[in-house]
Amino acid sequence: MNRIALRMLVGDRAKYLAIIMGVAFASLLITQQASIFVGLMTRTFGFITDTSRPDVWVMDPKVQYVDDIKPVQDTMLYRVRGVAGVEWATPLYKGLLKARLSNGNFQTCIVVGLDDATLTGGPPVMLEGTLADLRRSEGVIVDEEGAKGRLARMPMDEQGRPIKGAKPIPIGIGDTLELNDRRAVVVGVCRVSRTFQSQPVIYTTYTRATQFAPRERKLLSFVTAGAAEGVSPRELCERIQSQTGLAAFTRDEFSWKTVLYFMKYTGIPINFGIAVALGFLVGTAIAGQTFYQFTLDNLRHFGTLKAMGAGNLRLLRMVLLQALVVGVVGYGLGVGAASMFGRLAGPTQLSFRLLWQTLAGTGAAVALICVIASLISVQRVMRLEPGVVFK
Amino acid sequence: MTEASSIAIECKGVVKHYGQGAARVTALRGVDLTVRKGELLMLVGPSGCGKTTLISVIAGVLDRNEGACTVFGEDFARMSARARTRWRGENVGFVFQAFNLIPTITAAENVAVPLMILGEGHGAAIRRAREVLEMVGLGDRWRALPAQLSGGQQQRVAIARSLIHGPRLIVCDEPTSALDHQTGHVIMRLLKNVALREDRALVIVTHDARIFGFADRIAEMDDGRIERIVTDPRELMAGTAPGR
Ligand SMILES: Nc1ncnc2c1ncn2[C@@H]1O[C@H](COP(=O)(O)OP(=O)(O)O)[C@@H](O)[C@H]1O
Ligand SMILES: [Mg+2]
Repeated sequence: MNRIALRMLVGDRAKYLAIIMGVAFASLLITQQASIFVGLMTRTFGFITDTSRPDVWVMDPKVQYVDDIKPVQDTMLYRVRGVAGVEWATPLYKGLLKARLSNGNFQTCIVVGLDDATLTGGPPVMLEGTLADLRRSEGVIVDEEGAKGRLARMPMDEQGRPIKGAKPIPIGIGDTLELNDRRAVVVGVCRVSRTFQSQPVIYTTYTRATQFAPRERKLLSFVTAGAAEGVSPRELCERIQSQTGLAAFTRDEFSWKTVLYFMKYTGIPINFGIAVALGFLVGTAIAGQTFYQFTLDNLRHFGTLKAMGAGNLRLLRMVLLQALVVGVVGYGLGVGAASMFGRLAGPTQLSFRLLWQTLAGTGAAVALICVIASLISVQRVMRLEPGVVFK
Repeated sequence: MTEASSIAIECKGVVKHYGQGAARVTALRGVDLTVRKGELLMLVGPSGCGKTTLISVIAGVLDRNEGACTVFGEDFARMSARARTRWRGENVGFVFQAFNLIPTITAAENVAVPLMILGEGHGAAIRRAREVLEMVGLGDRWRALPAQLSGGQQQRVAIARSLIHGPRLIVCDEPTSALDHQTGHVIMRLLKNVALREDRALVIVTHDARIFGFADRIAEMDDGRIERIVTDPRELMAGTAPGR
């Protein structure tokens, strides 16, 4: 009877395709919306992701998320280093500074200052030059997007006027910028994860960053630290917290703290959450409805089978088998389409991050849809009076 | 053969209502009917008189409200729903006015369904189905889908399906109504010559007077009761001709 159930399902090509498309569309919608959502949320802590080496981030207790900079005194670095279980600790500067471009315009940039000695926390990908080039005097590394975009030079004519309609020239190694009246020389170009902050990112050393920055009593944005062997990051956080009075989080905790902040205080995640929920609902409705309709269309045949001696259990198995096939095939197509979409979207501004959890979640959702749809359908089959066959 | 063992179906005072309260319709108002083994009994009567309801009760797809009814000694009222479903699967063959073939599976697969319901494997069931299709003259069309067959051929497939598991009772509801006269005769000849056997009863609902001649006995129903039972269709004609 399994063969019969399958033949009933695939026999009517048009109907079969409609159901499969319904489920595929549902899977696509759920996966895609969820992946964009995850991508967006991943962006909120892109800086933490890029700064992959530290186990622990130490900061002012009032800091709410990664872009919420509340500097502490430089001496805090030594206090963190003094905590037992800290293998290493380095300073990290992060701040928004104005850069003066060659055409005289100003552009706000995210300036990241790395520990002079170790350059811990550098960008994840270097496109031109090396991280070590930061040790050259006045050296800075700019990010690709910034170099091509907001920091790019407008071509000028002889009189020094910008040529209308000409393409901007990306800045590169050897070009100079001015940060707070101090000269900076580009020694490298890097690629960083996209974040919600759209400003160009400029990497330099901690000392130079603090020179670029306006004079203030507190300049140390974060202390990043590594745990000694045998000490768990969580445990280390607790020790640092109790001994320094600063807040300390593991990388994951800080990422989550950031995500939760964005979830709580910005409308973006809520809007996307709604989109995901809507994707789920619409998908469920489409997939469920098409499958339910399919079973209804076949009700007459189920009735005939019932009259001919097929019990409820057997009919249930037939419907569940049909749902399983529809679910698996539709899910495969939908998820396939979603990851294609992700590939196409990869090089664009769109945030798209397909996690295995999303795949599993979509699978569970589709399974749920199919089970619910088939249970509702089967209800009709089970309650079917075999007497209807003569109608 | 004793009297009891020659009886296939015995109904006494069978009453069946549909719906409840004000909407209640009484379709059977006390039906007494006996069908013998090896007999082809036709149920005739005007539309809405309860013919379909009666064969549904006899075939065990509908519960009666009152009265007694045994089919090959079994009383469905004493069986669990599961046991009754099983019993139907083993003992009853169905032929419908609209054929009720599953459109997306082949003729042979349609014919094989009752065997598969009884647990036979796909391959063996299909082999047997092809043999039975041979018996109804469709040996070469076993791969065809129902839509690729004429109405008469589809009804022959349905007859093959009603036979394949060797049921003791075959019920047919208007088996020739959707067919032309000649095809109707082919179907009736098949039912009479191939389906009917010593130990099997056929109950055929019809109001197609042209096939009355195939019946051993004809039970005439009206308004939920059996009015009379005749053996010669001419009696029926004689009785009905003047008034209608
Ligand atoms: N499922 C049902 N619900 C309510 N009334 C029904 C139902 N089936 C049949 N009836 C009524 O029962 C009576 C007998 O119907 P039926 O057995 O189908 O007659 P026939 O087959 O002789 O045309 C009719 O009045 C019909 O309207
Ligand atoms: Mg009828």
